[in-house]
Amino acid sequence: MTEHEEHFAHPNYWLVWAGLAVLTLVELGVAFLPWSRALVVFTLVVLAVWKALMVALYFMHLRFEKNRMRIFAIAPLPLAVIIVIAVMTEFVW
Amino acid sequence: MTHAAVMGAPADRELGAGVYNEKLGIWVFLGSEVMFFTALIGSYIILRFANPGAFALPGTVLNIPVTAINTFLLICSSVTMVKAFAAANMGDMAKMKRYLVATTLIGAAFVGVQAYEYTHLIHLGFLPSGIREGSELAELALAGELGLGSADPAVAGIYGSSFYTMTGFHGFHVTCGVVCMAYVTIKAYRGKYTQADHRGIEVVGLYWHFVDLVWIILFTIVYLV
Repeated sequence: MTEHEEHFAHPNYWLVWAGLAVLTLVELGVAFLPWSRALVVFTLVVLAVWKALMVALYFMHLRFEKNRMRIFAIAPLPLAVIIVIAVMTEFVW
Repeated sequence: MTHAAVMGAPADRELGAGVYNEKLGIWVFLGSEVMFFTALIGSYIILRFANPGAFALPGTVLNIPVTAINTFLLICSSVTMVKAFAAANMGDMAKMKRYLVATTLIGAAFVGVQAYEYTHLIHLGFLPSGIREGSELAELALAGELGLGSADPAVAGIYGSSFYTMTGFHGFHVTCGVVCMAYVTIKAYRGKYTQADHRGIEVVGLYWHFVDLVWIILFTIVYLV
């Protein structure tokens, strides 16, 4: 074993893939539901974040990384959320 | 006496983040990419809220079924990429090579479908500068079927520029990913990766999954919302 070798717990990747495919189908259905615009947008954003989390946690292995790497990976996200909320406040509230 | 000899060897806790340099490097790069795409998405939100009449209703200009297929392709390429990494981790190098080839081909297919989408949209009259006068889309805009705030097709200029900027930059990232993937695949066939050392596959894989993750967000906010 070398210093570069890392062994992750390998989840069932095909199950994650199936979950992503099903959620994509759900998104396509929700986008054209006769709900209020705000509810459709909110549901679609929740589904997108859910899918993105599945990719990050299982395909990018953040679920199985050391804590220091997880912190490193999520460090830019608060800044990203601040930017998005800041620009939204310009028009929403 | 050298500086290192004076200082002595670093203590264990000073050796780094506990991951190899290339992996740390790609995570730093991905952190900068998060901010890059956040800037684009933030700009899109500002433009969209400030000009609600400039953006067409979902599915009226952009082809959602074609893009949904592309989304599915990218999800498939992510699973084949992670399966290649898992195969390398398990020492099954033949399977690793097959999955790398599949990932490269599916990634190239994504770029191909996006090229088709752009060609089709430009043919319909949807340009970065807006909707071309006299085009099929311009007639739909004049008939009020696109949900634009004005019958003047030029109102969609912000829509066109933001759409092509966001999806174009993402497509550029995918193209770079396909090139990197092809490079890694060639190296794999030359026997450069082993069960003990397959750093290149993990590093390129992290980039590839990130590109998939960004597309998941873009698909929702650009095409469905």
